[in-house]
Amino acid sequence: MSAILKISDLRVAVDGKPILKGVNLEIRQGEIHALMGPNGCGKSTLAYVVAGHPKYEITGGAIELDGVNVLELDPCQRARLGIFLAFQYPVTIPGVKVSDFLRHAVSNVRNPDRKEGEGLIPMKDFRKELKDRMSEIDIDSEFARRYLNDGFSGGEKKRMEILQLSLLRPRFAILDETDSGLDSDAVRAVSEGINKLHGPHMGVLIITHHERLLEFNKPSFTHVMLAGKIVETGDASLAHDLHANGYAAVRERHPTEAAEEQAVTVKE
Amino acid sequence: MSTDLAVQEREDQDVGVGDYQFGFHDPTDKYVFKSRRGLDREIVYQISEMKKEPKWMRDFRISSLETFFQKPMPSWGGAVEEIDFQNIFYYMKAAANLEKSWEDVPEDIRKTYDRLGIPEAEKKYLAGVKAQYESEVIYGSLQEDLAKQGVLFTDTDSALRDHPDLFREYFGKIIPPNDNKFAALNSAVWSGGSFIYVPPGVKIEFPLQAYFRINSENMGQFERTLIIVDEGASAHYVEGCTAPTYSSESLHSAVVEIVVKRGGRFRYTTIQNWSNNVYNLVTKRAMAYGDSLMEWVDGNLGSKLTMKYPAIYLMEPGARGETLSIAFANDGQHQDAGAKMVHCAPNTSSRVVSKSISKGGGRASYRGLVKVEKGATNCKSNVVCDALILDSKSRSDTYPYIEAEDDQISLEHEASVSKIGEEQLFYLMSRGMTEAEASAMIVTGFIEPLVKELPMEYAVEMNRLIELQMEGSVG
Repeated sequence: MSAILKISDLRVAVDGKPILKGVNLEIRQGEIHALMGPNGCGKSTLAYVVAGHPKYEITGGAIELDGVNVLELDPCQRARLGIFLAFQYPVTIPGVKVSDFLRHAVSNVRNPDRKEGEGLIPMKDFRKELKDRMSEIDIDSEFARRYLNDGFSGGEKKRMEILQLSLLRPRFAILDETDSGLDSDAVRAVSEGINKLHGPHMGVLIITHHERLLEFNKPSFTHVMLAGKIVETGDASLAHDLHANGYAAVRERHPTEAAEEQAVTVKE
Repeated sequence: MSTDLAVQEREDQDVGVGDYQFGFHDPTDKYVFKSRRGLDREIVYQISEMKKEPKWMRDFRISSLETFFQKPMPSWGGAVEEIDFQNIFYYMKAAANLEKSWEDVPEDIRKTYDRLGIPEAEKKYLAGVKAQYESEVIYGSLQEDLAKQGVLFTDTDSALRDHPDLFREYFGKIIPPNDNKFAALNSAVWSGGSFIYVPPGVKIEFPLQAYFRINSENMGQFERTLIIVDEGASAHYVEGCTAPTYSSESLHSAVVEIVVKRGGRFRYTTIQNWSNNVYNLVTKRAMAYGDSLMEWVDGNLGSKLTMKYPAIYLMEPGARGETLSIAFANDGQHQDAGAKMVHCAPNTSSRVVSKSISKGGGRASYRGLVKVEKGATNCKSNVVCDALILDSKSRSDTYPYIEAEDDQISLEHEASVSKIGEEQLFYLMSRGMTEAEASAMIVTGFIEPLVKELPMEYAVEMNRLIELQMEGSVG
């Protein structure tokens, strides 16, 4: 039976200011969902909260993965449970080699009970697997010995996220604007990467402004977020429509949220 | 290139260090000789007598002792006033003779080294092991081809006996006893240490190594190292220190003197991990002559207080000096470490890279001096200090001193202090790392630019020590 990532009436604040105001979303393994919405509507907040970033205050609601209360877990436990976030802005870790980082990550996620200092996955197997995955995503094997994201271009960083996705094989992946800041070749490479990885065992939430990422990865559901709520859900054609016509029509259909959005913008 | 992934380099690194512990203690009461506690002329005479030293050395020791008594304690740096000099054993002899091969080393002592993994390390890497167990060197071997090339690698006591002229020419010349109080102390009671002479043009490709341990309560360790790298010669010397944990204070005060002659190259690498009750007060100095290169690579972990500022005197044009140092200060520890670069001639250059980590209330200080003598034009010096503070209880300070008597020079100093970023921790944790693992990874990355300069087994040990330091530190 396929697992479900269930977000119910999720309410989140930062520094006392409400950002998410009752988000409901259910993703099954194997499904692709697109999440769209204007800047500042709370898309990235949702991504961070699911992954467990400590700076967000959960003021209400629940996140469950197959009945497990995700909100009680730290980010490391969530990763080991099968949740993955591809960062919009991947962090640089100077001095830490990509291969060392990945070997630790893979060891932990595949062996969720692993304690610090316990054995890592065998070097031989890991090396082969890493080499294969890197060549599939078209990353030069030279990157294995570079320091994590140190001096990487935007496209290289995003590919590195996809490489991690392919090695960690999560049950649920959230891609936070993985296409932003990339030229069209890079977007295609990333899209193809996701497309190869996606299968019956991975549920994917693609957060995007653009349609291009969705060409290769056709969503079964498209959600529109406005002022911290999901206001509409449709199929792939909704994504197409939003991309072509913008959010004006959505705002007209949801005047209350549009007004809240305005209020926040004015205050800022 | 496709199979040449970085992971290969580390393939063997998980083995061999798993059993490594730096807190163990083998019971060893097999001292052939042990002086009484305290320090006076009689003790110093006794040490010299036991070693059957020539008169000049005995006189040198006695006059150094006077200097030690006269010199005031340093008023800067760390809290040295707590040291009770009269409650320390200044000399101990653990085995009767200098042993020639591993098999001849007494078993309980061998056991200690087994736990440090030395025999394996030797098989793989070591050219010659000089093991200083307590105060006396008990085991030494040197590869034959080195001996054939005229390289001398022995303990300092033997060098005094077997190579008296060479020894006397340099001993106490780079660091005279009146240099500072602790150099005077070492000059009075020194015992053991390494002596190396590399003849002109001889290049030693593998590192020469020595392991030091303090392994007895209230026992001082005052090794004395003298290294002469002759013209156009090159070598790399590595020393590692680990110490078992004890309840009362221990004093380590070494003196290291180095001469690198014209066109020579020399690197001196140290990894120290003293137990938290050791005062580690070391004077290290090198004189680098024309077009030579001298490098100190210095890793300081542990100890109660470390005060150590490896110095390089750039004596002639074209001489270069480099110091790379790492300090890790944990709970109850003060690392006051740094570097001294003295430009005595024109067209000399120096570089200092210092990285410090403080955690759990530890304090790491960088104290460095760049000095340019009058007439030393066109000198270049670059100093970079990076400090990483892991929590709000811990402290980091930087004391950079610059004394320039010539103005046609280029001096650069950069300092940065950072904290482990929440975003870095979150990123690593979101990939399945525990918080401790993530912190250790960030710290390991922070010091990686220096660790990669170490011979591999030291790099492994260093990373392992960092991991142990980070364990149980969070959550």
